[in-house]
Amino acid sequence: MADRNQQQEVVMSLDEQNPETVKADLLRRYPIKIARKRSKQIVVNKVGACDDVPQISSNVRTIPGLIGQRGCCYAGCKGVVLGPTRDIINITHGPIGCGFYSWLTRRNQTDPDSSEDKHNFIPYCFSTDMQDEEIIFGGERKLRKAIQEAYDNFKPKAIAVFATCPVGLIGDDIHSVCREMKEKLGINVFGFSCEGYKGVSQSAGHHIANNQIFKHVVGLDDTVREGEYKVNLLGEYNIGGDAFEIDRIFKKCGISIVSTYSGNSSIDDFSNSHTADLNLIMCHRSINYVAEMMDKKYGIPWIKINFIGAEATAKSLRKIAGYFNDQKLIDRVEQVIAEELPEVKKAYLEIRPRTEGKKVMLFVGGSRAHHYQELFNELGMKILSAGYEFAHRDDYEGRKVIPSIKVDADSRNIEELEVTPDPGKYSPRKSPEEMNALENQGIKFSDYEGMMPAMKDGTLIIDDISQFETDAMIEIFKPDIFCAGIKEKYSVQKHGIPLKQLHSYDYGGPYAGFKGAINFYKEIDRMVNSKVWGYIKAPWEKNPELTATYAWG
Amino acid sequence: MRKIAIYGKGGIGKSTTTQNTVAGLAEMGAKVMVVGCDPKADSTRLLLGGLAQRTVLDTLREEGEDVDLVDVRKTGFGGTLCTESGGPEPGVGCAGRGIITSINLLEQLGAYAESEKLDYVFYDVLGDVVCGGFAMPIREGKAKEIYIVVSGEMMAMYAANNICKGIVKFAEAGGVRLGGLICNSRKVDNEQEMINAFAEKLGTQMIHFVPRDNVVQRAEINRKTVIDYEPEHGQADEYRMLAKKIAENEMRIIPKPLAIEELEKLLIEYGIAA
Repeated sequence: MADRNQQQEVVMSLDEQNPETVKADLLRRYPIKIARKRSKQIVVNKVGACDDVPQISSNVRTIPGLIGQRGCCYAGCKGVVLGPTRDIINITHGPIGCGFYSWLTRRNQTDPDSSEDKHNFIPYCFSTDMQDEEIIFGGERKLRKAIQEAYDNFKPKAIAVFATCPVGLIGDDIHSVCREMKEKLGINVFGFSCEGYKGVSQSAGHHIANNQIFKHVVGLDDTVREGEYKVNLLGEYNIGGDAFEIDRIFKKCGISIVSTYSGNSSIDDFSNSHTADLNLIMCHRSINYVAEMMDKKYGIPWIKINFIGAEATAKSLRKIAGYFNDQKLIDRVEQVIAEELPEVKKAYLEIRPRTEGKKVMLFVGGSRAHHYQELFNELGMKILSAGYEFAHRDDYEGRKVIPSIKVDADSRNIEELEVTPDPGKYSPRKSPEEMNALENQGIKFSDYEGMMPAMKDGTLIIDDISQFETDAMIEIFKPDIFCAGIKEKYSVQKHGIPLKQLHSYDYGGPYAGFKGAINFYKEIDRMVNSKVWGYIKAPWEKNPELTATYAWG
Repeated sequence: MRKIAIYGKGGIGKSTTTQNTVAGLAEMGAKVMVVGCDPKADSTRLLLGGLAQRTVLDTLREEGEDVDLVDVRKTGFGGTLCTESGGPEPGVGCAGRGIITSINLLEQLGAYAESEKLDYVFYDVLGDVVCGGFAMPIREGKAKEIYIVVSGEMMAMYAANNICKGIVKFAEAGGVRLGGLICNSRKVDNEQEMINAFAEKLGTQMIHFVPRDNVVQRAEINRKTVIDYEPEHGQADEYRMLAKKIAENEMRIIPKPLAIEELEKLLIEYGIAA
C-alpha cells in the first residue's frame, strides 16, 4: 500500500501515458479474482533508496484460461540446461512427441572438434517412444533396452534419462534403471525426474537439472588443467554462437574457461568444473543453484556478469580482472577493451540516429529481458515495459529479497539438495579478508541486483504476460519492436510490429560480446526501419469502399 | 442388451457372485458375456473351469494389431462368453489405463455388436473405484446398470457408499443407474435389516440376500459355480433367485449417498441394537 500512496503523490509518465491507468486498463476485462492475482504481477516500477523496488508476484501458477508463454519442467531440464551438451546421450523416456518437439529447437551451437573423441549427439533425437503397452505394463524394460541400444550404437561416455509426464503417473523408477545400467555398462548413467507437470514453469526443470548434474557429474575429475585465471561460465547456452564469441574474448584476455554450463559443453568439463577459481553467472535464473552448491562444497565464489551489451561486456571483464587482482590480467583486459570497443562504438553511433527514441518491449526468459536492455540502451531506444516468463522475485527485485520469498507448495515439491563442504576438496579461493577487500572495491559476491533497479521509474514490469495483455500493450503503446519467442512471434507481427526472438535469435547471432553487439545493432536497425510493416494491411482494409460513378448513356 | 457392472469392496465376493448369477441367467437361456476388469484376471475362472484364459492386454501385446475376437473370448458354462482385460503386475504401469484400452478393443472387435445377440454384458470391476480407469465401465454409457455387492461389515458399507458417489458423478453424463444392493452375507448381526435400511436411505433396494454357505468355497476349489458343481443345493437356488430378480428388475435410480455421520448412525442403530 505504501508504494501506491507514493505513486499518487508523483504522477509518473510512460510514453505520455499514466502507467497506473494503463495497468488498470489491462486488468479491467478480467474477473475480480483473476484481476487481483494479475495486479500483483503487473507493477509500475519505482526505484527508491538502496535500489528498493516494489514487490512483484512471480513464479506462481499461470491462471488456467490465460494464454501464457511458459514451457514445462521437462523443457527446462532437457531442452534448456542439458540440451546443449554434445557428448551425453539424452534419452527422453516418454511418448515420442516430447522427444521430437524438444529436438534441435534452441539453436545451441557446439564444436565437437574441441573434444578429443569428437562426440556430438545433439543432431540426434533419442526417445523410448512409449506406447499404450508401456503405459499399462510399465516402461522400465523398454527404457533399459533403449539405454543398451544407445550404448551399443554410440559408445557414449554418459547417458541421461528424462522423465515425461506419463512416466511420473505410472511410477516407472527411472533412477533404479539408471543405477543398474551404470553398473552394467561402466559409464555414467543418470536420470532426471523432470515430469512436465512439476512446478509452475520450466524453472522447476532448471533446478532439477542443476541438482542432478551436481550430484552425478561435478567433482568426478580432479585433474587440474593448465591455464591461468580459471573460470566457469554458467548460464550461457551458446545460442547462435554467443559462447564462441565470449571464448574468443577470454582467450584474448588470457582467461581460461574450465567449463561452460552448458553452451558448447562436454561432460568432461562438468566433471572438472570444481577446479575453477571463479564462477561467472550469465543467466541467474537457470543456473544459480549449481553456483551456490559449488560455493558451499568446494569454496568457489560466484559473481554475476553480463556479456550482452558492449559496455556490459567491458564491465564484466573488468570485474573478473578485479577478482583475480593481478596487474598482468588487469592490463591485458584493458588492452582488449581498448582494441575492441571503438569499433563497437562506431557501429552504434552510426546506427543510433535511425533507432534513437524507438520503443521496445521485452517479455522473455528469466534473465534475457534484463540483459538485452543494455543493447537497446546503446542504440538509444526506450524500454517501455519488460517481464520474465519464469523468473522468481530475486531476478526482478534482486537477491536481497530472497529471505522474504514465500516458498509455496509448488516450489517445495522440487528437491533442495543439502550441501556441505567437501572434506577433501573444499578450499576457499580467497580468504575472508581478501573477499572483504574485493567487496569494498565493488565486486559483489553471490549477488544479483535484479532487473527492476536497472529500469526507469514508471516502466511497466509484467510477470508471465498473457496474450491478452500482450495485445493490449501493443494497442496502447504501438512499440517499434517486441522481443519474445517463437510462440509470440506471429501473433505480434500481425499487429504490424516486428518481433525479435530472444530465445533462438531467429536466424541470427551471436549477440554476446563485442562482435555480437555489432550484429545485434545491425539486426535491430534492419527490423525497426523496414518498410515491410507498412504493407501489413491490404488496400481494401484501409479503404473498404470502392468509389465509382454511374455512367448514364 | 442389458449392460451391467458389479462393484463392491475388495474381497466382498464380486467375482463369485457375478459368475454364479451369470450361471443362473445362462441356465434360464440368456446369452451373457462377462468382461473381467481386474488385472488378476480371475473374474471368469469359475465359468471357464480354470484360468486358461489369455487376457485381452496380453493378446494385444503379443499379436500387435492383428487381434481377433476369438483370441480374447472363450466360451464357458452354459454358453457364456468370457473375456479378461488383464493388466500389469502389482506396482508397475497403469491398470486403469489397461481397462480403458481393453474395453475399447473389445468394442472395436465387435464384441458388443448386434450380431452377437447378447442379452447381458457383465463387467466385474476390481475393488473400489480408485481412478478413472476403473470407472471406465460406467463412463460413456458402457454399463447402464450397477449392482453393488455389500455385506453388513462397516468397511463394505463405506465402500458401497463411496461407489454410489461415483455413480452420481457419471449418472448425469453417462446415464448410468443403480439397480440395487446384493447382500453377500458375512453373518453379521442384524445384517439383512441393516442393508435393507441402508438401501432405503440410498434410495434403492436390497435386491437379494445371499446367505453364507460353505458350498460356495467347495465349488470354487473345484473351479466351478455352485449351479455347475451342486445344482441341487439350496445355495444354487439362491443364485437362481438372484438371477431371476435381476432379470425382472425394473428399478433404476440415481443413488443419494449418505453423509459419513449418517452412515455411522445407521451402523450404531443396527449393530448395537442386536
